[in-house]
Amino acid sequence: MNDSLVVPLAVEYLRLLPEIILSVFGAAIMMLEAALSPKSNKTGLGILALVGIALAFLGNNIAYSQPGPAFHNMMTVDAYAAFFRGLVLVVGFLCILASFHYLQREGVQRGEYYALILFSIVGQCVMATAADLIMVFIGLEISSIATYILAGFVRDDRRSNESALKYFLLGSFATAFLLYGIAWIYGISGSTNLKYIHTYLTDQTQIPSILAGLAAALIFVGLAFKVSVAPFQIWAPDVYQGAAAPVSAFMSAGPKAAAFAVFFRIFMTSFAPLNQRWIPVVWGCALLTMIIGNFAALVQTNVKRLLGYSSIAHAGYVLVALTSYSQVGVAAAMFYLFSYALMNIGAFAVVGYVASRHEQFVRIDDLAGLGRREPVIAGLLAIFVFSLIGVPLTGGFFAKFYVFQAALDSHLVWLTVIGLINSAIAAYYYLKIIVAIYFKEPSENIARLEPPSVGTRVAVWASALGTLFLGIFPSALLSFASVSAATFR
Amino acid sequence: MNLLLVTLFLPLIGFFIILLLPRNSKAPFTAALLITLATFLASLGLIGPVVRNGSQVSSAVDWLWISSPSMQIHFHAGIDGINLWLVLLTTLLLPVAVWMTNSVIAEDRRKPFFALLLLFEFGIVGVFSVLDLFAFYVFWEVALVPMYLLVGSFGGPQRVAAAMKFFVYTMTGSVLMLTCILYLHHLAGTFDYLEIYSRLASGQAVLGPEQQLLLFLGFFAAFAVKVPIVPFHTWLPATYTEAPAPATFLLAAVMSKMGTYGLLRYAVALFPAGAHHYARGIATLAIIGIVYGALLALIQPNIKRLIAYSSVSHLGFIVLGLFTFTQQGTDGAVYQMVAHGLSTGALFLLAGYLEQRRGSMEITDFGGIASSAPGLATAFLITLLASIGLPTLCNFIGEFLVLQGAALTKFSWAVWAAIGVILSAAYMLWMYQRTFLGKPNARNASFPDLRGADWISILPLIALMVWLGCYTQSFLPPISAATSRILEQNRQNEEYRVQLPTQVTELRHER
Repeated sequence: MNDSLVVPLAVEYLRLLPEIILSVFGAAIMMLEAALSPKSNKTGLGILALVGIALAFLGNNIAYSQPGPAFHNMMTVDAYAAFFRGLVLVVGFLCILASFHYLQREGVQRGEYYALILFSIVGQCVMATAADLIMVFIGLEISSIATYILAGFVRDDRRSNESALKYFLLGSFATAFLLYGIAWIYGISGSTNLKYIHTYLTDQTQIPSILAGLAAALIFVGLAFKVSVAPFQIWAPDVYQGAAAPVSAFMSAGPKAAAFAVFFRIFMTSFAPLNQRWIPVVWGCALLTMIIGNFAALVQTNVKRLLGYSSIAHAGYVLVALTSYSQVGVAAAMFYLFSYALMNIGAFAVVGYVASRHEQFVRIDDLAGLGRREPVIAGLLAIFVFSLIGVPLTGGFFAKFYVFQAALDSHLVWLTVIGLINSAIAAYYYLKIIVAIYFKEPSENIARLEPPSVGTRVAVWASALGTLFLGIFPSALLSFASVSAATFR
Repeated sequence: MNLLLVTLFLPLIGFFIILLLPRNSKAPFTAALLITLATFLASLGLIGPVVRNGSQVSSAVDWLWISSPSMQIHFHAGIDGINLWLVLLTTLLLPVAVWMTNSVIAEDRRKPFFALLLLFEFGIVGVFSVLDLFAFYVFWEVALVPMYLLVGSFGGPQRVAAAMKFFVYTMTGSVLMLTCILYLHHLAGTFDYLEIYSRLASGQAVLGPEQQLLLFLGFFAAFAVKVPIVPFHTWLPATYTEAPAPATFLLAAVMSKMGTYGLLRYAVALFPAGAHHYARGIATLAIIGIVYGALLALIQPNIKRLIAYSSVSHLGFIVLGLFTFTQQGTDGAVYQMVAHGLSTGALFLLAGYLEQRRGSMEITDFGGIASSAPGLATAFLITLLASIGLPTLCNFIGEFLVLQGAALTKFSWAVWAAIGVILSAAYMLWMYQRTFLGKPNARNASFPDLRGADWISILPLIALMVWLGCYTQSFLPPISAATSRILEQNRQNEEYRVQLPTQVTELRHER
């Protein structure tokens, strides 16, 4: 690091390429929105956003071809970062596809929606590449603020407002914890650089261990809020239930994956020297998260709320991977987040489609007879549900399998046994969806479904094929995840 | 071309073909029948090499499936004396199930039914033929999903509860097995069955007694639920009763063999110390199952439930045979797996025809139908006698060998199990008497007999029951060849390795 050098090199901008592309497209969409008449069709802006994401995906590949640090070690482009950038871009792409029809139906099709998704992805990309706690904070805020607005995007809907407010208040509260932790660790080590903190803490003689532990705890609390890990999960079901279905899909996949990316990076590098202290805490939280998520989901009747609780449970499985504290564990978590994103977006997209105008049909019973009414969509929803259960030949199974293999290799026998039993319990509530769509007759007071739009169709089919592909041929993604995980230790 | 691959993947291809066919037409039926028959013909080609040498794996397929730095998973499948007849039983019974479906399920709902049947065949043939623990688990669950959907969408009034119970019960057992598969991989460094087996045989990998106990229990949990062994049987009566007739037929004939096959192939063969440690307890459970199932069958007012409990009773023989660890007992168990598949399957098949004709399964709704339906009565009687274990019919051989094995191990076991045989004659004949004999009431005076189409499904099964009962030599040698190898290996492992806990070393999987 050369302190006198102020002007960044061209290659450093190249490493920031996805963020640059997304910001440009986001800003352009905002401008165009202002220029267009309020009555005009905004689908074009959505397509522009899709183009932006596709280009950013390309940009991610270009950035990854030049790996290395950038901007005075504030960020770093490695395989790990490229993986998560790719993941959040895919998430954004699928969610926008699923949104077209939804926004039109609810009468809230405005250009800002697409711009906000792009900005949120910018934040998540920054989080994925952050090599410094300050960058973590900035990325998290960019992502969160955009997501708060998205949560309340259906302005005249009471629950959407509640969702946004809850998400905002609790989210800011969590950010405060994170920031306090960052300040504390800066006070101890004199730096916010992740690698430097690692070196500093490794040096046994210098550790003011209680203080460092507290700093780690504060950062843990802040991030645990973001990924909805028990006991900081309370906001999740309300927020996912209230927000528009495609936004819930987005929130449960993108921001969560990015927050986990940061989680793993901080705890596997900076706080690796303290692993004896935090592993037991994460162990307990993982257990609690799986149990709370699954048991609370058992009694839900609203599908979105059920998926909200299930997303808590799935966060617990990812934490199991962190508890294993190994490269295999990191790779397993990465694979898990990817396949979870696909199946969850698919499930939410179908729910958003079936819900009809103003989301009036979101109870499990409203799915009754979907297998007769829309056999194709029902079949795809069944794939997502079986993947969420963890039935083989779907991505969900292999993800779980890999996570628990990592856990067993790290001798976490009890966590594995309880985690797997949890997944058997989870089968019960997921199957309620299958029961509704295949075993029940369609009820009479349900409006006829119009056939799904092209965007919804593409989003759902892509998620379903991706889910199956990951279940049958996981090698490609797995190898990349393993390579990425080699960054740690 | 490897015939095992054809047998395995043809049903899967068929599943997709049927999904694409139009709903209200004859096409799904024709396609399903042709595919299952073609699968059966392909599977006949598997017999040759195994009959020549039953202890060797033939028609083997070994592909690298999933490769990552932390593990290599192969898709490894092959046929030997243990799984040959089970694969054939499955491929034979599927066309029968398809044939039956065509006459008992409403036309506009047949298409998904056929598709699920083919997916089920894919799963079951996979379970029986793979030789890799990961692939085994995959197929184990793949077979569960279509059966769950069949029971839940096409079953009786209580179908939803029955299907749910079936899935969650089985899944709970399965995840315990999955834990053990992961643990075994951690200890032995591979998922490949033959590789683990040879590493254990050569002492390259050693499982200590305590590890074996844990691993055995985990696998046992999954298999015990699937068989089911008393007291893990509570899902069975509800599921068997509520399931649509072709699904009950397959559940009893084929799916219950997943558990017994797994016990022999994995639980007993890989963890002999664990198996021997729990043998007494399990044999006791098996005997309780034989007697308890028979007693419950005695008091059932419903034909389907009666056959379901008789199935529990007969499955007890298979489990008992496996845990005698004698050549006779193990051979008898494998033989009985096939025989039970034929006889119980045929009973459910005929019960399905009864249900279709009367719309009920209560014994009191029948009576004296032999005079108007002599064909049905004769077919039912032969099948029932086979199930009881009449000499010259299939169950006799299996149960006789099991009893012999039991007597060699512990004489009282044989005595108790023999009580089950006597009881089975009692409840079956009593049921037959109340259903078919006596004076018909007005409703039963003109009970429709089996039609030509129905005979097509039942005759091959009856012929095989006689063949299995009379010409043991056609079937038994490859079974013995394979089981004797497992038993011999077990004896060696037990004598030379397992009892030396001080020498226990774990072969670490290099990361």
